[in-house]
Amino acid sequence: MRVVENLNQALHEVLAGDPRAFLLGEDLLDPYGGAFKATRGLSTRFPAQVLTTPISESAITGVGAGLALCGDTAIVEIMFSDFVTLAFDQIVNFAAKSVSMYGSRVPMRLIVRLPTGGGRGYGPTHSQSLQKHFIGVPGLDVYEMSPLHDNRAVFAEMIAAERPCVFFEDKILYTKRMHEVDDLFTWDLTGGLARVHVDTPPDCVIIAPGGVAHRALAAMRRLLLEQEIVCTLLVPSRLHPLDAAPLVAVAREAKAVVVAEESTAGGTWGAEVAHALHRELWGVLRNPVALAHSADSIIPTASHLERAVLLTETTVYDTVLESLK
Amino acid sequence: MTTDLDRLLLIRHFERALLDLFAKGELNGTTHTCLGQEIVPVAVAPLLGPRDHVFSNHRGHGHYLARFDDPAGLLAEIMGREGAVCDGVGGSQHILREGYLSTGVQGESLPVAAGAALHLRGSGALACAYIGDGTWGEGAVYEALNLAALWSLPLLVVVEHNGIAQTTPTAMAMSGNIGMRCAAFGVRHVALPAGDIASIRAVLTPLVASVRDGSPLVVEFSVNRLGPHSKGDDTRSGVSDLWDWYREMSDLPGFAEADTRALDLVESVVRDVKARPLSTWGQGSSDPRLLHGAKP
Ligand SMILES: Cc1ncc(C[n+]2csc(CCOP(=O)(O)OP(=O)(O)O)c2C)c(N)n1
Repeated sequence: MRVVENLNQALHEVLAGDPRAFLLGEDLLDPYGGAFKATRGLSTRFPAQVLTTPISESAITGVGAGLALCGDTAIVEIMFSDFVTLAFDQIVNFAAKSVSMYGSRVPMRLIVRLPTGGGRGYGPTHSQSLQKHFIGVPGLDVYEMSPLHDNRAVFAEMIAAERPCVFFEDKILYTKRMHEVDDLFTWDLTGGLARVHVDTPPDCVIIAPGGVAHRALAAMRRLLLEQEIVCTLLVPSRLHPLDAAPLVAVAREAKAVVVAEESTAGGTWGAEVAHALHRELWGVLRNPVALAHSADSIIPTASHLERAVLLTETTVYDTVLESLK
Repeated sequence: MTTDLDRLLLIRHFERALLDLFAKGELNGTTHTCLGQEIVPVAVAPLLGPRDHVFSNHRGHGHYLARFDDPAGLLAEIMGREGAVCDGVGGSQHILREGYLSTGVQGESLPVAAGAALHLRGSGALACAYIGDGTWGEGAVYEALNLAALWSLPLLVVVEHNGIAQTTPTAMAMSGNIGMRCAAFGVRHVALPAGDIASIRAVLTPLVASVRDGSPLVVEFSVNRLGPHSKGDDTRSGVSDLWDWYREMSDLPGFAEADTRALDLVESVVRDVKARPLSTWGQGSSDPRLLHGAKP
């Protein structure tokens, strides 16, 4: 099953399980079914729960927050996550604040879905990974779609938390298969953390969100075959707040730790993860946690220029080698 | 001399060539063609001067080709080849050139155009922003219109109302209409069919002159989008029955010759650009200061 089909199933389950669950976004209706087809079939099956909207990212996110405030479940799709900046106020200053700023907890089931990332030649305003701008907002959970996490479980978790969430979906993942892992490795899932590994203790632990999992795996394969370097990959589903304990437990045994993400340089999620690990493992780690990310740059359109900016398998490979030196 | 017909045909064949290149897998990313909408920028372009600032959007190839005689620079930009207007960094929908800027986020350009208009106010030059009907969903459009009227800004908003935004018919996204929305801000509004170029210019010439004196204006053209939203995602039926200037004008004397000329030109541009090496970032002619090149 493709990741987009699994996501689509998750959305079906949410709408089927609760007649007061709504989905809002631009161009969602069948037969088109959304720009990336994640919402295909939903408007036909749940016409009263799916609202196709004008090009009004701020307003539709606010409407989602209003529904959530009244006890409904709202899922808002922003066509490209780049445009979530238009909804930043509603997410950061309304939804995330409202769960806590009135003195008692206000439960809100609001999920903002964000098709994300580059590699498709869509250019500087349609290719960004803006996760870092949502890290550390009190009251807001940041999730990322992953080929190793069943979206049905992830959506159930986000809804049960009754806190506003942003859910980043790397566009490259949509057409990839769920749970498909290189046969050199085995994988398991504990809590929200997926682990891909071989039987030997790792030289290096790579921590990456779902969108980067394939690039990390490809690097791990080459590292193993070409350099005999053993890596373990850890993929958390929730990026923030981060549950550091299981990462610490694995990182403790390794010679090096690399955090990989597609975000451009500066103020990254990886820096936050590194800080959490340094605090727990200062004096235990042999080297500082290394960060792998895209360049400090806008994301160009032309593919040869885009490739030079974005995090690739090679970026991860080189960073691991460097950190083991 | 390049005639209006030559420009229309150049844009038509340029856009067709892009869809063709996409179909053959020779173009990367995405592109939004202005097939069917060519008349709007061709009619408007001569009403604008070199000191005016044009703000274009995602569907901007016609806006560019009506202002600059540079199909090769634009194609190189879209294909990431040497000679690209912005080194292939911006691509189809992010272009900067003297007095011209496009960007791919709906509604974003209108406040910026208002800022450029504020800069130009009193100079006789204006800022012209092209937007689609769907973009009227964005709040920034209204904040900008309010400022334009409040501050008497030389702002010309050209609306290409093609009745659809991506897959959403205007009626599903817009309550009321554009004219009423403009009236609410005290901004002048004129609705025109994108048909006869001479009549369009006859109506617009005095109106655009008054924009230069600080009286903002929204011109709403009704046009047909004859192509897909982007590459091949058309959800509509009956598109081939829509009015098309190309069909309408094809009996005019000289049309066939002009059509062949434009097609030949585009084909040679495609051959030329395809043979070029990949673009290098940092070599392009684009310089942010060029937007100020047109200082009053
Ligand atoms: C803020 C924002 N939201 C969504 C999009 C995705 N998008 C690109 S073009 C488009 C439709 C625009 O419709 P309209 O303004 O009517 O122009 P048209 O495409 O019809 O020329 C959409 C939704 C975008 N580029 N920017």
